[in-house]
Amino acid sequence: MAATELKGELKVVANATCTFCGCVCDDMELTVEGHAITKAKNACVLGKAWFLNHTIEERPVAIVDGRPATLEEGIERAARILAGARFPIVYGLSDTTCEAQRVAVAIADRIGGCVDTTTSVCHGPSGMAFQGVGEVTCSLGEVKNRADLVIFWGSNPAESHPRHWGRYSTMPRGTFVPNGRKDRTVVLVDVRKSKSAPAADLFLQIRPRKDFEALWALRALVKGVPLRPEDVAATGLTLEALTDLAERMKACKFGVLFFGMGLTMTRGKHLNVEAALALARDLNQYTRFYAKPMRGHGNVTGADNVVTWQTGYPFGVSLGRGYPRFNPGEFTTSDTLARQEADAALIVASDPMGNFSQPAREHLARIPYVALDPKETQTVKHAAVAFTTATYGINVAGTVYRMDDVPIPLRPAFASPYPSDLDVLRRIEARIRELQGVPAAATAGAGH
Amino acid sequence: MTHAETFIFIPVRTSRQGTTLNEGKLTAGYVEETSQLLMAPEDMARLGLKAGDRVRVRSPEGAVELPCAAAKPGELPPGVLLVPYGDNSSRLMGGETHGTGMPDSKGFDVTVEKV
Repeated sequence: MAATELKGELKVVANATCTFCGCVCDDMELTVEGHAITKAKNACVLGKAWFLNHTIEERPVAIVDGRPATLEEGIERAARILAGARFPIVYGLSDTTCEAQRVAVAIADRIGGCVDTTTSVCHGPSGMAFQGVGEVTCSLGEVKNRADLVIFWGSNPAESHPRHWGRYSTMPRGTFVPNGRKDRTVVLVDVRKSKSAPAADLFLQIRPRKDFEALWALRALVKGVPLRPEDVAATGLTLEALTDLAERMKACKFGVLFFGMGLTMTRGKHLNVEAALALARDLNQYTRFYAKPMRGHGNVTGADNVVTWQTGYPFGVSLGRGYPRFNPGEFTTSDTLARQEADAALIVASDPMGNFSQPAREHLARIPYVALDPKETQTVKHAAVAFTTATYGINVAGTVYRMDDVPIPLRPAFASPYPSDLDVLRRIEARIRELQGVPAAATAGAGH
Repeated sequence: MTHAETFIFIPVRTSRQGTTLNEGKLTAGYVEETSQLLMAPEDMARLGLKAGDRVRVRSPEGAVELPCAAAKPGELPPGVLLVPYGDNSSRLMGGETHGTGMPDSKGFDVTVEKV
């Protein structure tokens, strides 16, 4: 439970939640001085940067067509852009609360638009693979207490999730791994010797674009299918190395394969992940074995959960016909932008103008869109309407989901003069209803 | 270098990209980090490049000019380029997602020539 303690001018917030990466560490001890966090005990280098750099910036609460505006003017313009569009899209949502995500879905429903999240350019392919193969899953707590073989494939936790090892997966002493790191074997599979490699017991350097082949070879070896060295030569790994890994996987008591963008972003995409998930499933003939995605942002897992509750699907959903349709490649934002189909957008807590493909960014720059963000980004700069919002987890309470689908409450450090994403989205939704002549929701923003 | 050579381009996360991102995506630190191209020392030697030389990296989508730096020996296989992901890597990314929603974001072919 959060505990605040006044120390003179300072306030200390205990058990605060960091939402920079999908680890969602909730053991932060934040020292707050006025409107700034000056110390973040237990935070990793990324978490420290997150907490110390999200202060109150001097920016207009709303910017309409490049000029400072009032919140009311921003809401009015935003609602008109979205309600008047023929093919509006709602995108982003990974760096905001579940409560706000719910309202974003409601807005997409009201305007008959697409709703998609940063999942589509991150672990969307994993979501497709979960549907194709199935997810053998567990919590990070189970990993901490049971895992004796931990594999990272196409992931560099040292730089992307610095506390993952220490808090969950390789270092902690657990109920059935009482000697912590000494009771575990850590394997890293990657195309290069990343900063994670020195911490692994085994580093397997795979050739780029050969993950599917290597995973499929492991499936064969696990099932006892005889392979020749030439069958695996293209992977850059020897038959001996793959056979050794397959045997370790079968012999472990509780194995976990954590996988990252090395699988989802390279050629094959969801098929690479299907291979990993199928391997994990096959290994359950012999032992307990799991495959877990390394989710990147603080609440991208929450976005998957909320969009699934509301529509039945995790991302890439169209509500254009009044009922949800799911089709990655058709309703996903990279595509609706690159193919120039979207004519308006609502971008929440994300930066597609920074991170999307060139054709997608060029089209986004041409259409009117609404952006919500605590900080200035390229997405904010090119928006027809931009709202400066309070930062979730630092100023705003709510719920987020850790990468293993565990919901965790936020414990904010200090108040902000800016509205939360939830406040802004509720007001946009209410105004859209007025423009459409539809009665107000019974409980504004609650699940419809 | 007299001609452009093909490399495999892999945008990645780095610690510094993650920390500067929080300072702001328009800050000098973030822009600098997401402009730093890493190449295997064998490739740099073969192509007559030294640290800081600018190279033009081109994909079917566009081109960017970036300063290059040598990876530590053994860190990166020859023929592979690394850059912390951001505006520069986005400029090279095509819109085709092959029906997945995910563009080819890692491991795509680019050509490299000295500027």
